Amino acid sequence: MTEATPGLMTYTTARERPFDPPDELTRAREELPIHRMIYADGHEGWLITGWALARAVLAHPSFSTRPELLHPPIQQRLINLQEIRKQPGFFLRMDPPEHTRFRRLLTGQFTVRRMKQLEPRIAQITEDRLDAMEREGGPLDLVQSFALPIPSLVICELLGVPYDDRERFHADSAVMLNLQSTPEQIRAAIDDLLDYLRALIKRKRAEPTDDLLGGLVEGGELDDEELAGVGLLLLVAGHETTANMLGLGTFALLTNPRQLAAVRDDPAVVENAVEELLRYLTIIHIGPMRTALEDVDLDGHLIRAGEVVTIAAAVANRDPEKFGDSETLDVTRSAHGHLTFGHGVHQCLGQQLARTEMRIAYPALLRRFPGLRLAVPPQDVPMRSDMSIYGVHRLPVTW
Amino acid sequence: MKIKADTGVCVGAGMCALTAPEVFDQSEEDGTVVLLQPEPPASREAAARRAVQLCPSGALSLEE
Repeated sequence: MTEATPGLMTYTTARERPFDPPDELTRAREELPIHRMIYADGHEGWLITGWALARAVLAHPSFSTRPELLHPPIQQRLINLQEIRKQPGFFLRMDPPEHTRFRRLLTGQFTVRRMKQLEPRIAQITEDRLDAMEREGGPLDLVQSFALPIPSLVICELLGVPYDDRERFHADSAVMLNLQSTPEQIRAAIDDLLDYLRALIKRKRAEPTDDLLGGLVEGGELDDEELAGVGLLLLVAGHETTANMLGLGTFALLTNPRQLAAVRDDPAVVENAVEELLRYLTIIHIGPMRTALEDVDLDGHLIRAGEVVTIAAAVANRDPEKFGDSETLDVTRSAHGHLTFGHGVHQCLGQQLARTEMRIAYPALLRRFPGLRLAVPPQDVPMRSDMSIYGVHRLPVTW
Repeated sequence: MKIKADTGVCVGAGMCALTAPEVFDQSEEDGTVVLLQPEPPASREAAARRAVQLCPSGALSLEE
């Protein structure tokens, strides 16, 4: 990383191996759980690499997620944040009590029990995709045929977004999450998706629908602009994340045949396997970031008001003090407490949905195609180092 | 062991209901914690303790 100032880190997303976090971040964690870090705009803030400190920051009420307080750990990231922060209803970037108002309207829709009720439908969607794969025959791209359609179909049905419109929101979210996108491209993608959602909400106001967005329209708590912001957050977060876990997770299992066999053959392993894949792969590979609202003593380090803290979740999730033999993928371990869904009041709203989808999709895929294998050498699988959510761009497989 | 739950702090993440479903549930309305067994039997203490540790918002606490 930076060579000019010893001891002052810079952030990186460049990985030496597809499943491991950048070596420099791992080495940093091996030295210390917290470091000074220079941000892309020159801000001198902090980098957290240890699990316990990461968790402490995420739970601490004196750290804010408000985007106007952040400095960019890497240049591209700032652009994205600045654009999205202008949208009412984008509650991921709000602090309590404003955040609480939005989250409380939604949490009842994502409970463990609600997600359990969705299981038969998610299983059906999964079987339909597997049937389609069988008809098409290998080799095919698992991302387009399986990993992306399943969470997209599920979130569309849940929110009440027509799946036939997927090309539009897939294209827009790909631009929003691409670290190389220009500010103009990101603005245009956000505007397009918001326009789409505004029109959808208008239709739901005229003709009520029995789905999450329809329920929020009827509830009358939010205005149309806030509803569009909520819709944007749930639609993008609801399909990009699980899609990348399914794609990257399958890739990881295909290169670890014994782990794959356990997930395929032993239903008792699946619950732990999903947590372990979440921990080991940590597709959130930039941040989360927080800004200190007041001076905070963090394990003897004084974080001053206004200083930004970037948590390297991928290396915190490999902290051996928490996870023992942490560099090994072991689907039988208990990986509970990983930070892939975050921690604190912003911990992923849709995490129980994501778990349900993965618990169904991985074993169903591996059982339908016991001979599933990569159709290209592993080094030819294009990795999403250039996106704000990590994963594979494509996963050519056959069976 | 006695568990205390603060629904004003709870963010409805569901970690408790996932980890110890006999001890914790979530409200149908807003997903916040519903304490089914404030004093869980010995057989469920370990799961209840893990649920308290995993709670992201600090809504759960233990009185030994």
